[in-house]
Amino acid sequence: MITIEQRAEFRKHFRNNISIRLAADKMIKGIVLGCVVIAIIPLGSILLEVVRNGVPALSIVFFTQEPGAIGSDQPGGIGPAIQGTLMLIGMSSLIGVPVGVLGGIFLSEFGNNRLGHMIRFFNDVLAEFPTIVIGLFAFIMIVLTFGYFSILAGTFALSIIMLPIITRTTEEALKLVPVTYREAGYALGVKRWIVITKILLTSAKSGLITGIMLAVARIGGETAPLIFTILGSDQFFSGFDQPMDALPLRIWRLSLLPYDTATAQGWGAALVLILIVLSLNIGVRYIFMRKHGGGGRFRIKAGG
Amino acid sequence: METIKLKGGSPLIDKIFKIGAAIAAMYILAIIVLIVFQLISGSYDIWAKEGISFLTGSDWNAVEGSEVYGAAPYIAGTFVTAGLAMLIGVPISIGIAMFLSELAPKFLRTPLSFVIELLAAVPSIIYGLWGIFVFRDYIRDWIEVPLNSTFGNNVWFLSGAPFGLDIFTASVVLAIMIIPTISSISREIMIAVPNSQREAAYMLGATKWEVFKMAVVPYSKSGLIGASILGLGRAVGETMAVTMLIGNATGPSAWPTTLFGPGQTMSSIIANEFPEASAGSLHLAALIGVGLILFIVAIGINMVAQLLVSRVLKSHEGAVLA
Amino acid sequence: METVTKTPIKHTSVEEPRYKLIAENIVASYNGIVAVKNVSMKFKDKAVTALIGPSGCGKTTFLRTLNRMHELTKSAKVEGRVLLDGDDLYSSGEDAIIHRRKIGMVFQKPNPFPTMSIYDNVAAGLKLNGVKNKDVMDQIVKGCLEMVYLWDEVKHDLKKPGMSLSGGQQQRLCIARALAIQPEVLLMDEPASALDPIATQKIEEMMTELKKEYTIIIVTHNMQQAVRVSDYTGFMYLGDLVEFGETKQIFENPRNEITAKYVQGQFG
Repeated sequence: MITIEQRAEFRKHFRNNISIRLAADKMIKGIVLGCVVIAIIPLGSILLEVVRNGVPALSIVFFTQEPGAIGSDQPGGIGPAIQGTLMLIGMSSLIGVPVGVLGGIFLSEFGNNRLGHMIRFFNDVLAEFPTIVIGLFAFIMIVLTFGYFSILAGTFALSIIMLPIITRTTEEALKLVPVTYREAGYALGVKRWIVITKILLTSAKSGLITGIMLAVARIGGETAPLIFTILGSDQFFSGFDQPMDALPLRIWRLSLLPYDTATAQGWGAALVLILIVLSLNIGVRYIFMRKHGGGGRFRIKAGG
Repeated sequence: METIKLKGGSPLIDKIFKIGAAIAAMYILAIIVLIVFQLISGSYDIWAKEGISFLTGSDWNAVEGSEVYGAAPYIAGTFVTAGLAMLIGVPISIGIAMFLSELAPKFLRTPLSFVIELLAAVPSIIYGLWGIFVFRDYIRDWIEVPLNSTFGNNVWFLSGAPFGLDIFTASVVLAIMIIPTISSISREIMIAVPNSQREAAYMLGATKWEVFKMAVVPYSKSGLIGASILGLGRAVGETMAVTMLIGNATGPSAWPTTLFGPGQTMSSIIANEFPEASAGSLHLAALIGVGLILFIVAIGINMVAQLLVSRVLKSHEGAVLA
Repeated sequence: METVTKTPIKHTSVEEPRYKLIAENIVASYNGIVAVKNVSMKFKDKAVTALIGPSGCGKTTFLRTLNRMHELTKSAKVEGRVLLDGDDLYSSGEDAIIHRRKIGMVFQKPNPFPTMSIYDNVAAGLKLNGVKNKDVMDQIVKGCLEMVYLWDEVKHDLKKPGMSLSGGQQQRLCIARALAIQPEVLLMDEPASALDPIATQKIEEMMTELKKEYTIIIVTHNMQQAVRVSDYTGFMYLGDLVEFGETKQIFENPRNEITAKYVQGQFG
């Protein structure tokens, strides 16, 4: 038994370090706050510079015309790039969304077994893949096989990138639907596929849309896979067997040119791209917060 | 509340549906297998010609007649830039996560987390653009030149005239890019630490920082490591920003010997040289070979990361979509 | 709205009572709800005081104001004074951490640090306070583990992880951890409610020994336990202290009718 006297004795071995500890605590708080500031500054700078340098480049010509000759004083516009990005997003979604949603349904409704775990695991691994490898893959599978760069190859690559994102977000959205919805349906003798399509998908609608928007934002910004698949072009879409342009590619090409007009166009294109990507991401947050009141379930990732 | 009219439904369609869903899910596995297969077959020529020296050699010459390919400097470049990015990015990310989970006032938490996650939404190409036209000048003038002039002669990795398009700049931008990933997962992991742990530390008279050190960090250590490895995976696979900032060196001069010298990573060499490689050429096979190595490295890192993180976050939403 | 008639504290002994801890006019709230409405209590040294009352009566909130843990809760507010040997723990300008280590606390569910060994768990508070001398640390760890009747059970392997112990042992480990920082007072918030009867009994025996040298305050919803271990009992209801006195008197001869109803089990 430690008596009162012994306690007093033991306490003599306590160092009087309170003020040091409190000072260290304060210092750490400052450092940690500094980390937050360090992270936010680049974001602010990027947004600032993109707006500052990109706005002057905007014009009707900019949005609607093809690029002019390099280095000339008629720089033209980035019409084909905008068109290309929109077409790529559309076509990739045509493949990526149905397959992804179906995959998500599988994982959520039928996936509580070893096969499901394995698929889930590899799905998440695929979601983190270097997209340049996926671009190479699309190049070998499509471009080399068919002999030309085209929107098909680009769509192939982008749909692979979209896929794991949509699968995962669909599964999570479906998981949020209460079990009771399913049980009610089955109890009434309704077949599984009707329960899923009519009840579950409609309840999980906002989650699904959220996932699709995130995936679209992601592939909209992808550059690396496009290098190997659509190659880039100065003309508007001219056929399913022709190379074409897209915003990220155009930005890259423009950044390599030594002309001020090219750089200005590059910033303008960057502004358009970032507006698309950020509004999708912010829109996602807004929808999600309205439905679920905050929280960060879906993590955002950009194209590489 | 809407009423849904339900009919029983045909059992045959049900079966088809289930099979269809299974096929869609397994598509993912098929893709991964196909990727491996195609990368191997597409690069077969280079393995046949160079063998192991493709992994160990540093000479890189695409001129027909004296072709030689060695990817060692690029592999080193990937690891050095990713490693540096981690060195800078992980502490900052942990700091951000600590702020968001332990210190930030309630009203600030969600908006601040959101702003940081927006960093992850910015496409790599825009990081690159900003990097070459804005950030690079600051890095060069405020960090590289002073460091180089003071220590350049004594410290081997600070030598070389700094132009700003080099390993250092690429690594710093890479760090900025992986911070949102690491910090947001870390934050979730820290929040998951039960409050009873913190209370035990507070009871002993600990300061907030001591509570963090004693109760939060040990509890969440493996998850934090997993989050960092996920960041490493992202850094390894990053292409455009690195390509635009690293200076495009090839061959033996691409070895990362100094922070202020140009370099090359696996992903950047592919992006840089692909336009010059013709179909069927050995050059192309070499680039695909680099892609194969990158694939193996990335998939290895990502698998480890997923295993670590999903184990910790299992109770929440299963594995992590990052 | 019920009006609660409080019964004044009666001193039954002739000599001047020695109060180790005195709480004066404690008002505690969180999230805008006032959980403790103006409670004053005096706690005798070398005795066990039990706080009883139905769920939501404020007894745990009150307990947590005694070592300044309550202020960690969201939007928590505290008014009043807590005097330990005459020093007000709430004197303005002083950081709470100075005072928290003077009073140890044990929680409802055992919460040892999972990554630490048995030894390190007990020594955790010592390291915080800068104890460097290994012999002193060993002495304290041994002394505390003995006081909670754990020493013989674990002395052969103090490096074992704290989580490898049974639930009852873990709770005793947590008590040892709290005692290691040499507090004068030990607060226990339903310490045995998550434990089986045998583990509970061990803890109650331990309390009876410990009170010879410590001031112990225990919150419990188990009335039989209060009767078994405590010398004094305070009955709280809806944020007020309804009655306070010697345990025998509270349970056998309650002066307030709400107290009577509660100890007779008419509501809980």
